[in-house]
Amino acid sequence: MTTDVDDTNRRDFLVLAANAFAGVGGAAVLWPFIQQMNPDASALALASIEVDLTPIKQGQAITVMWRGKPVFIRNRTPDEIKAAQAVNVAELRDQRAENDGLPEIAPASDEDRVKKGKEQWLVLVGICTHLGCIPKGQSIADSRGDFGGYFCPCHGSHYDTSGRIRKGPAPRNLEVPEYTFLSDTKIKIG
Amino acid sequence: MSGPSSYKPQSATAKWFDDRLPIVRLMHDSFVVFPTPRNLNYMWTFGGILTFCLVAQIVTGVILAMHYVPNETMAFDSVQHIKRDVNYGWLIQPMHAVGASMFFLAVYLHIFRGLYYGSYKAPREVLWILGVFIFLAMMATGFLGYTLPWGQMSFWGATVITNLFSSIPVVGSSIVTWLWGGFAVGNPTLNRFFSLHYLLPFVIFGIVILHVWALHVAGQNNPTGLDIKQPSDSVPMAPFAIMKDVFAMFVFLIPFAYFVFFMPDWLGHADNYVEANPLSTPPHIVPEWYFLPFYAILRAITFDIGPIPAKLGGVIMMVSAIVVLIFIPWLDTSRVRSCKYRPIFKWCFWAFVFTCLALGYLGAMPAEPPYVGWAQFFTLMYFAFFLIAMPVVGILETPDRLPRSITEAVLGKDGGAAAMPAGAASAPQKR
Repeated sequence: MTTDVDDTNRRDFLVLAANAFAGVGGAAVLWPFIQQMNPDASALALASIEVDLTPIKQGQAITVMWRGKPVFIRNRTPDEIKAAQAVNVAELRDQRAENDGLPEIAPASDEDRVKKGKEQWLVLVGICTHLGCIPKGQSIADSRGDFGGYFCPCHGSHYDTSGRIRKGPAPRNLEVPEYTFLSDTKIKIG
Repeated sequence: MSGPSSYKPQSATAKWFDDRLPIVRLMHDSFVVFPTPRNLNYMWTFGGILTFCLVAQIVTGVILAMHYVPNETMAFDSVQHIKRDVNYGWLIQPMHAVGASMFFLAVYLHIFRGLYYGSYKAPREVLWILGVFIFLAMMATGFLGYTLPWGQMSFWGATVITNLFSSIPVVGSSIVTWLWGGFAVGNPTLNRFFSLHYLLPFVIFGIVILHVWALHVAGQNNPTGLDIKQPSDSVPMAPFAIMKDVFAMFVFLIPFAYFVFFMPDWLGHADNYVEANPLSTPPHIVPEWYFLPFYAILRAITFDIGPIPAKLGGVIMMVSAIVVLIFIPWLDTSRVRSCKYRPIFKWCFWAFVFTCLALGYLGAMPAEPPYVGWAQFFTLMYFAFFLIAMPVVGILETPDRLPRSITEAVLGKDGGAAAMPAGAASAPQKR
């Protein structure tokens, strides 16, 4: 049977249908090979951790590993909390809260860097926002910098008692990870 | 088969590129317009299937290597991690394990096709020998890969096969220590086996390229064994042979998929789900099914042959069973290629097939009477096919009358003119 070149004919339909089928089939074959590189079940299982806060007395701090990174958990003294709350946010280098549990625009006030009713608990990702060293300040013997918080020995960044950058080359406040209180003495990070 | 190329670049860019690297021309000449015998049956589709298997094994293997740990304390667990934790690991790992078995199934069908139709005879001797090298490299790759999960069979299979080299006089035990990297199969062995298992498939890929090149020099054989002598003997590879290969690949993927999804461990051994224990040997050490015939031949030599101890004799016979394949273009004296026209040799061929299946069965059995006796008998039959049947039957047999051409074999003596209206068969739909 002959048709004009302009009309679509059975062969055109079959070629199109076959190519569409092959395309869908190819995508279906390709997907597992791409998805296998995404974090597997064992990595995802460590995406959240629970931390018991009872052993951490006032003024003490522990470091836990979460998603391969150090997380500082500090039980702040009333003096440290007062010093953090007294700071004028407008004078800070980084005026954003950098709190993953809050929107981007939240200001860097101390109340936006901790949980309401649990102001003594400071939870920070312990990685300097300059070039990635782990700041000093967790151990009793550590220098805590000019603002009583954390001090990064690599290039001299000083963080205050709320983990905000005050002096030195770091551009941003220490990150506050997403976390929730499961009870008064236990938090879940991530 | 090589003449002037008919490729015409369709655009200025295509012409620019063709002037600098004529690879599109090469693909066109080799895989689009290449004259393919018009009478090929489905036994000719295994080359394409094997290429698919090689690519599938390389792709799944590279992905598995992203998650596998080649260290004796972690290897077994890393395979479980892949099966349980890695996204789609439950699919990719069985694809690789079953893929190895399907690769060997296809290669045996491909080899038996070559034996039946005389595809090893002149001028395809080098093509055949390259195939034997591919087969040897496949066996090495399969052996190395099987050790990696570090189960009981992995470990003890590695121990048995590497120990074979100790039968070599004078230098044998030094060679074994050298292979092991220690005093027994252990971590150094596992690490180097992983490295070599990653390497060899790319060596296979290189030999496959030479194999396909050699094939294109002589052109494919066909069921009649006759050469292409006129245009009506052949059809262009695209679309005819390509679509036949694609269809055959789909059919091949059905049992492949059935094993992968419904019984992925059926072709394996349950003992390999037990972590390797150097202090406990499993009651029956057996290799994977595709090595069983050679394993049967190895164990059949239970007696010294003159100055050669039984252990060395077994190794020599096992290696000879594969090496003898290299010589069959010269062992077979027949002037006729295809068993289609060789009434006596055809039966020798089928007896050989039965011999291989019998040896496969015996390889899985314990090395005790009555199995050992039968293994010795079938080992004799195996070598008799190559060393007696091939030279002798070729001379003594009267072959059947060959058709005058491939066209005659397909279309009959009148060229098929009486059978159907002229022009209907190959006229494409007008557009």
